[in-house]
Amino acid sequence: MGKKDFYPLLFVFLIIAIFPWLVGGNEYYISILIFLGINGIITMGLSLLMGYTGQISLGHAGFFGLGAYSSGILTTQYSIHPLAAFLAGIFLSAIIAFLVGKPTLRLKGHYMAVATLGFGEILFIVFNELSPLTGGPSGLSGIPILTFMGYSLEGARYLYLVWGFVILLLLFSLNVINSRVGRALRAVHGSEIAANAMGVDASRYKVQVFVLSAVYASIAGSLYAHFVTFISPSSFSLMFSILLLMMVVVGGAETIWGALLGAMVLTLLPEYLRGLEDFEVLAYGGILMVVLLFMPQGILLGVRKLFEKKRN
Amino acid sequence: MSLTSQLIQFLFTGLTLGSIYALVALGFTMIYNATGIINLAQGEFVMLGGLIMVFCTAVLKIPLLIGFVLTVAVVMLLGALFERLAIHPLKNASMITLIMITLAASILFRGVAMFLWGKDPYGLPAFSGGQSIQLWGATLQPQIFWIFGITFLAVFGIGLFFNRTLTGKAMTACSFNPLAARLVGINVRKLVLLSFGLSAAVGAVAGAIITPITLMEYDRGPLLALKGFAAAVLGGLGSGVGAIAAGFIIGILESLGAGLISSGYKDAIALLVLLVILWVKPSGLLGSAEESQLKKF
Repeated sequence: MGKKDFYPLLFVFLIIAIFPWLVGGNEYYISILIFLGINGIITMGLSLLMGYTGQISLGHAGFFGLGAYSSGILTTQYSIHPLAAFLAGIFLSAIIAFLVGKPTLRLKGHYMAVATLGFGEILFIVFNELSPLTGGPSGLSGIPILTFMGYSLEGARYLYLVWGFVILLLLFSLNVINSRVGRALRAVHGSEIAANAMGVDASRYKVQVFVLSAVYASIAGSLYAHFVTFISPSSFSLMFSILLLMMVVVGGAETIWGALLGAMVLTLLPEYLRGLEDFEVLAYGGILMVVLLFMPQGILLGVRKLFEKKRN
Repeated sequence: MSLTSQLIQFLFTGLTLGSIYALVALGFTMIYNATGIINLAQGEFVMLGGLIMVFCTAVLKIPLLIGFVLTVAVVMLLGALFERLAIHPLKNASMITLIMITLAASILFRGVAMFLWGKDPYGLPAFSGGQSIQLWGATLQPQIFWIFGITFLAVFGIGLFFNRTLTGKAMTACSFNPLAARLVGINVRKLVLLSFGLSAAVGAVAGAIITPITLMEYDRGPLLALKGFAAAVLGGLGSGVGAIAAGFIIGILESLGAGLISSGYKDAIALLVLLVILWVKPSGLLGSAEESQLKKF
């Protein structure tokens, strides 16, 4: 973690701490913030993968689903402790990410995009078709709400749990970025050939960061499953992978804070537009277009540039 | 039905699907060659082609041929307009941002289509009679021969355009190296505009000919784009012949997978083959390995 990250981090911490009081315990606002945290966890992983290492993935909804289904299936059908199910999900995602990542990360640019997209779709189809385990298209219900020392983790308590994870993973990511590994990742982004020539084992780092981002997505998936208590394949479709990518790009892929900001904007935007009904899709597409046209590097850098212009 | 006639049935279904995927993939390839962009709104051109064709022939009662030409012209114009308004103004954006812009555009197109046509699917009468044809025990709709014929003509026409006309050759040059193309006096920006128009037109052709068989509704685009994109990449991005071949491969695999193995897993089978091919040959079927090593976003 660098010095410049300290105040934003403190700010996030304080906002989350007082948020339930700010909104007077309003369930709706709290649940939106929980979803924001869950999306934010995945986009942070994607930011490490895309923004820092320059590798694209259109399959992360699949890892998100792996986490959610691991937690869901193991806790409902095998009565396994949620924590064990959570760890099993992480383990499974990491193994699969490693096995798929090895051959896939040799691909470049659009080829890698298509390969990860195909992989995500295969998982989506498996969630749909493996109905004895996953409940098929009609979904899996009755996933238990987490309890801790006799307290059931609902509302504000779950908000703290999710954002506890967000802040921990944010700290971890910032440490990765500002370390030797982080510099190696950026070198791979700059030029893989040059990175290899400097003694950076590019393919090893790429697989590692791919596995790490899959683990992030899996963590988010487990948190999601225990929050909504009902999961169905439609939440883990290609559209969600694309939405995640959009979050990262809209916020600004080059910084982890941008990825969080993008998650915030694209989680809140549909809530604001909901009143427009039939115009919702139209307005949504239009707003995304305008943001990208005027801030092609993402909102975070775009706004920063605006401020700098004013100062000069 | 005997196994042979079943196989023939699946094969023809696969070829029909494959024609559409091939046309969509060709659209991807043209824009990719001129700009390096993957245009995720490509599927929306197909959707618009279908729906505008329905509007022209069923609502305005314009004769089929004129309606077809009109549809293709309108969608072509939309494609060109899209390039002018959304792609042209951005000069220094990263590739991923440009791709995300095409995604935003696809959402926008979908929103407009839902607003204009609603959420219901629309049908279109077959181009010539609805009587099905028996062929070696398989039942075939006459429309699929229209699809084969028009796809062939479109592919042939595009081939002629790229190999026989000065503009087409300039576009090929542009795809090899935009900077070098500019140095020899080719107006690259104009060609980019043309590539968007042309690929929109190809998409519209696909939409107009498939609607009598599959109907068309506002949210058909993404799935078509997904298959077309997969085909374009599988064929080796930038290779027109590869895109067409891969389009047919995916269509046939999907149809055989659905008929012989499981309709639920049909897409998974096609995608698995795609993954394995890419793992074995990271630059696609007809792509250059050297070139693909240098690619990045």
